[in-house]
Amino acid sequence: MADALVEFDSVVKKFGDFTAVERMNFTIDEGEFVAIMGPSGCGKTTTLRMLAGLEEPSEGEVRMQGRVMNAVPAHERDTPLVWQSLALFPFLNARENVEFGLQMRGVDAAARRKKALDWLDRLEIGEFAERNISSLSGGQKQRVALARSLVTEPRILLLDEPLSALDANLVIRMQSMLTRLQRELGITFVYVTHSQSEAFAMADRVVIMSRGRIAQIGAPKDIYRAPDNRFVAEFVGRNNIISGKIKSSSGKSVLINGSLGDFKVSLGGRAKPSPGDEGSFVIAADLVHLSSKKPRAGNQIECSLISEEFIGSVVTLFLEAKDGSEFKVQIQERELADMDLKHMGKVFVSWDPERAHYIGAD
Amino acid sequence: MKPDRLLKWFLYGYLGLVFVFIFSPILFSIIFSFNSDRFPTIPLGGFTLKWYKTIWQDPDVWEAARTSLVVSFSVATIATFLGFTTAYTDYRYRFKLKPLYLALILLPPTIPLIIMALAMLAWFAKIGLSGQVFSIIIAHTVLTAPFAMAIIRLRLSQMDESLESAAWNLGASQWRALRRVIIPFCRPAIISSFCLTAAVSFDEFAIAWFISGLNKTIPVVILEIVTGNIDPQVNAIGSFVFLTSMTLVIIAQMVLMTKNKTEKGKNG
Repeated sequence: MADALVEFDSVVKKFGDFTAVERMNFTIDEGEFVAIMGPSGCGKTTTLRMLAGLEEPSEGEVRMQGRVMNAVPAHERDTPLVWQSLALFPFLNARENVEFGLQMRGVDAAARRKKALDWLDRLEIGEFAERNISSLSGGQKQRVALARSLVTEPRILLLDEPLSALDANLVIRMQSMLTRLQRELGITFVYVTHSQSEAFAMADRVVIMSRGRIAQIGAPKDIYRAPDNRFVAEFVGRNNIISGKIKSSSGKSVLINGSLGDFKVSLGGRAKPSPGDEGSFVIAADLVHLSSKKPRAGNQIECSLISEEFIGSVVTLFLEAKDGSEFKVQIQERELADMDLKHMGKVFVSWDPERAHYIGAD
Repeated sequence: MKPDRLLKWFLYGYLGLVFVFIFSPILFSIIFSFNSDRFPTIPLGGFTLKWYKTIWQDPDVWEAARTSLVVSFSVATIATFLGFTTAYTDYRYRFKLKPLYLALILLPPTIPLIIMALAMLAWFAKIGLSGQVFSIIIAHTVLTAPFAMAIIRLRLSQMDESLESAAWNLGASQWRALRRVIIPFCRPAIISSFCLTAAVSFDEFAIAWFISGLNKTIPVVILEIVTGNIDPQVNAIGSFVFLTSMTLVIIAQMVLMTKNKTEKGKNG
């Protein structure tokens, strides 16, 4: 891995008895947009702080451009961070905030000022350069924080849930600005978030973490359609997970016997289950077909409607199967309107075996 | 809920009485300082600046004023510095005996002044430092540093924890982050701590009386004037002390309050 910008090599981080990050191995390439995603307490922020030099790994090595960074203090690294709280200096105005990093690097006053103003212009807040931080709006503060981090022209930018304080429509606008910036600058972004929509919308690659471990690394689409394990399947998207015993295996597909019957599941590649094993598969809520009549054959479950969640053009239906398990189905609102679901006692969900994704037992 | 008018007026009245109770003696002292009669009686005599002239011409008063100013300025500087460093240590580091550390720091104001004054006197006499200007400075610093620490600690507790890390992240060493981020953030608290400790030291009598020796501070001289003879020049000197202390305290309050206002101001 010659051109990896960042390497985590068997990195462990412990706080007393608590292990925040457990034996982590992964690399980040130059110019990549990587999102680290997971529920709170999964170790994603600790990972980011180790990159910034704010935490030192307990074991293993963090390397940047081949250099071991473990003992390099934060202020000697060029790894600016955009903070969740933004951490703008309240006693400095917008321009002075942006100048701070340059000043620490010994850039003279005139050059500093010019660069800071250029960056504020670039992020479309040039007119607020001399304004007090407290008089700026959330979005404007966000841009000041970005300018402050980018003004030193780093090769890597770290972002710790920077959009979590903004309201929904502003988040969308900031997302497109961040992706545009990242492409224009060609630098590496490492973006920590708990929000799937932010990670999937922006990142080239997503690292999903759970309890200090990496649960899966991959492109957003792969993670969404082909989760590696139950945790990822539950964390990402609206997935239905069905477990059972492998009845038979043909190499290309398996027959899984669960409490709701037998289901045929195509095998993607890696997994090679044999009859008798425990196994699970995932069928995404939007890949399920809904009908009022019992399909002639194939994977199917008979359900009754519990509730529906309407959020615009797509509706999520919560169904209950005979054994009491919940089943989620996402369909277009206009399709649902044609079905007159309320007056149906039973519905049948069915799906193509090719659409189901085998995840093994865990 | 509609505010009860009666209750409102009652509370205003109560507050007014408290203020009258506290400030009327001071107000009368100021009024009598301009009164030509030797004894504070009503009706008042004519207006005079005689008492101010007396103290203006009294070299003892000048000497004491000089000592008091030197002492309170030095005390304010040292106590604020100590207060800042202890508050920052508390904010920045975690260590085992921290509750003990904090308890020790906050202990001096809980000791009765007379006890502290006597202890200081005995101690300074033993090590041969009594009666010096800097012995008053040391004693007053011990007394006022906890106030400085409390004010600055409160300010630090309002600081976003990532502010200091952000400075490191942008290339500031720990020292530079302290100078460029922590101290500017604490500036209002530092200024008000300076003013308050100066005011406390300027006013303080018990300790100063015990250990000042020949280097008397203003409150000590006031007592000597009072014990020697009943004379309205005490009112004059008192008005001067009151004005100095109040100015310092009001500056301290204003610095703290305006800063808080601008920060709470516009968010979002």
